[in-house]
Amino acid sequence: MTVAAITPEYIGERRDRVENFHGNQIVYVGWDRHLMFCSPVAFALPPETLFSTLVDDVISGAFSQHPDFAEIDWGKVQWHLNDQPFAPERDKSLIEQGVDHKSIIRMATPGLNGIEGSGS
Amino acid sequence: MSKAYIALQDNEESHYIVEAIEEDNPTATVIYQPAMIRIENEGRLVIKRETVEEKMGRDWEIQALHVNLITLGGNVDEDDDQFSLSWKQ
Amino acid sequence: MTAKKLNMKEKYSLLTRDLDWEYSYRDYKEIFPQEEFEGIKITDWSKWEDPFRLTMDAYWKYQAEKEKKLYAILDAFAQNNGQQNVTDARYINAIKLFLTGISPGEHQAAMGFGHVGRQLGGVGARVACQMQAIDELRHVQTQIHAMSHYNKFFDGFQDFSHMHDRVWYLSVPKSFFDDARTAGPFEYMVAIGFSFEYVLTNLLFVPFMSGAAYNGDMATVTFGFSAQSDEARHMTLGLEIIKFLLEQHPDNVPIVQRWINKWFWRGTRMLALVAMMMDYMLPNKVMSWQEAWEVYFEEAGSSLFKDLARYGIEMPAYAKTAIAEKEHVSHQAWSIFYNYGHAAAFHTWMPTEKEMDWLSEKYPNTFDKYYRPRFEKWREMEAAGERFYNPTLPMLCQTCQIPMGFTDMEDPTATFYRQSEYDGERYNFCSDGCKDIFDYEPEKYVQAWLPVHQIYQGNCGGAEMEDVLGDYYKINLGVDNMDFHGSPDEERWNAWHNLPSAEDKLKQAS
Repeated sequence: MTVAAITPEYIGERRDRVENFHGNQIVYVGWDRHLMFCSPVAFALPPETLFSTLVDDVISGAFSQHPDFAEIDWGKVQWHLNDQPFAPERDKSLIEQGVDHKSIIRMATPGLNGIEGSGS
Repeated sequence: MSKAYIALQDNEESHYIVEAIEEDNPTATVIYQPAMIRIENEGRLVIKRETVEEKMGRDWEIQALHVNLITLGGNVDEDDDQFSLSWKQ
Repeated sequence: MTAKKLNMKEKYSLLTRDLDWEYSYRDYKEIFPQEEFEGIKITDWSKWEDPFRLTMDAYWKYQAEKEKKLYAILDAFAQNNGQQNVTDARYINAIKLFLTGISPGEHQAAMGFGHVGRQLGGVGARVACQMQAIDELRHVQTQIHAMSHYNKFFDGFQDFSHMHDRVWYLSVPKSFFDDARTAGPFEYMVAIGFSFEYVLTNLLFVPFMSGAAYNGDMATVTFGFSAQSDEARHMTLGLEIIKFLLEQHPDNVPIVQRWINKWFWRGTRMLALVAMMMDYMLPNKVMSWQEAWEVYFEEAGSSLFKDLARYGIEMPAYAKTAIAEKEHVSHQAWSIFYNYGHAAAFHTWMPTEKEMDWLSEKYPNTFDKYYRPRFEKWREMEAAGERFYNPTLPMLCQTCQIPMGFTDMEDPTATFYRQSEYDGERYNFCSDGCKDIFDYEPEKYVQAWLPVHQIYQGNCGGAEMEDVLGDYYKINLGVDNMDFHGSPDEERWNAWHNLPSAEDKLKQAS
């Protein structure tokens, strides 16, 4: 059973199919231990977006207000994609390296643990 | 044993009801909070029509409790003469 | 000779049970088509017992008395310019959230009980649902009426009904009631009548309302307690429906347990809003959210579930997580609204030093360690003229629709992530509770109208955020939203009380 319904074989409308986003897909990005940003954020991006564009333009626009942001050593960032360790390549697109619709990218910045190390 | 409880709006009429509850439930605790009065008792709490009428000096129906009631906890048993809250375990 | 006065039991029997009739020319299943598909087995509706034995004549009599009392106080409040005598204009923002987020839920509950009352085969249950539907309608009406007074003096009240259907955070209570109302009649009764009314509404209508009184808001405490007096009857009905279902057939037990698990968790998530109203939006404090939770969930809830243990019912599955979250949830919810204060129809702010000290005292294990440094940073940014707003839309949970602001109780600075794949698509959740709800009925929750995704799909007005917030949500930009400091609400309040305006304060400081 996939739903308790009075209609037999009830099928729900998939409201967030990738086709509904006009050529974009949804990508979520969370920065571990930086809860000044209350939750991970959501972007609508073309699947062909290069990872370098994601980091240099998109992520920086979202998180640069945090004093830790300028301190990030990008070579040391630990990435996760949908809860699996992830080694992104800057010059490849999101979709080429498995970042598909409604994927979660997490970035951890060891040594940078938020305001006064509080995880904020 | 769990606590049965009732909360009433803090007003004149409730004061008589609280007096009656205290008389009929000697172990009950009465807690005053802004605009409300909470009364709790281990296991069971009873409100008797006769005692409330005596305190008010007039007739009073058990169902009139609804007018000043805020909340309650426990299994309800109500008839014309009494209203009780209790936990079975 | 006068007729003998009927006692309560006789009257209940005559005016409730005897209203029913045998169905002679239509099949029972045709009349009550929704009674079986949820798997609930009813063998004997006559076993339904309403302990209040309230009949319609007594119902009208006592409801009329409640209304007279309520309106006398609302009139006095308005005549006495009560709006000027609340503790602080910041407080009014809790009332804006109430009107936009909670009152429409009362209306949803009225429609839900109206529907369910038609679907249940037992006359006792039908009459109880009828009264509850009317109660809920009374609640939404008295709430709109009471708060219309504030609409004359403060911003953010004007389009509550329009906003309820559209604004991102209002999708949380809206989807909660949509979920309940689109369930079968028995799930609805367990969801609203039991899990919500019995286990959770006390937290909204008792300590918060007592807090409203303590902040000088006689209008709100009066409609709140007046509503809660009906809730006391609803709670009793909720407990009766549970006992009735469990006694009817052993096959009902696991179904009811699953509904209790689901609706306890959905209710707990929605109460994050109330948690922050208690801890952050009441300038005079009665008790903390944690204290209220301990009295009204842990103490009252454990009595209740101990009582139900004889039927094989256990504490809700996610109660342990919810209990651990009591020390975090209000701070996390307030952080979400502070982040997105530019997109809300009420004002947010950072607590004063004194208020932070109160939070430290009430939350000794969590506030100073996890939240105070963040709040002090935000205050510092505000003082520097750079009040923090999150520039990017948040990721939402597919089930509760709240931004993913909740953390792992084993590791409180780590965001809690859960993901499911269903029919080739990823779905994301804030908690095990929300994930399990989806996984059990994915065909229901794939339909979720998630505000952030809807914005990105272009279904919420134009491409710019101003179009979404201003045209689609109908927030008066720069008036209803943003920080309380510098808002027209604050300006008016200061003028009423001859306090220096924000501008003058700045001049003095420089």
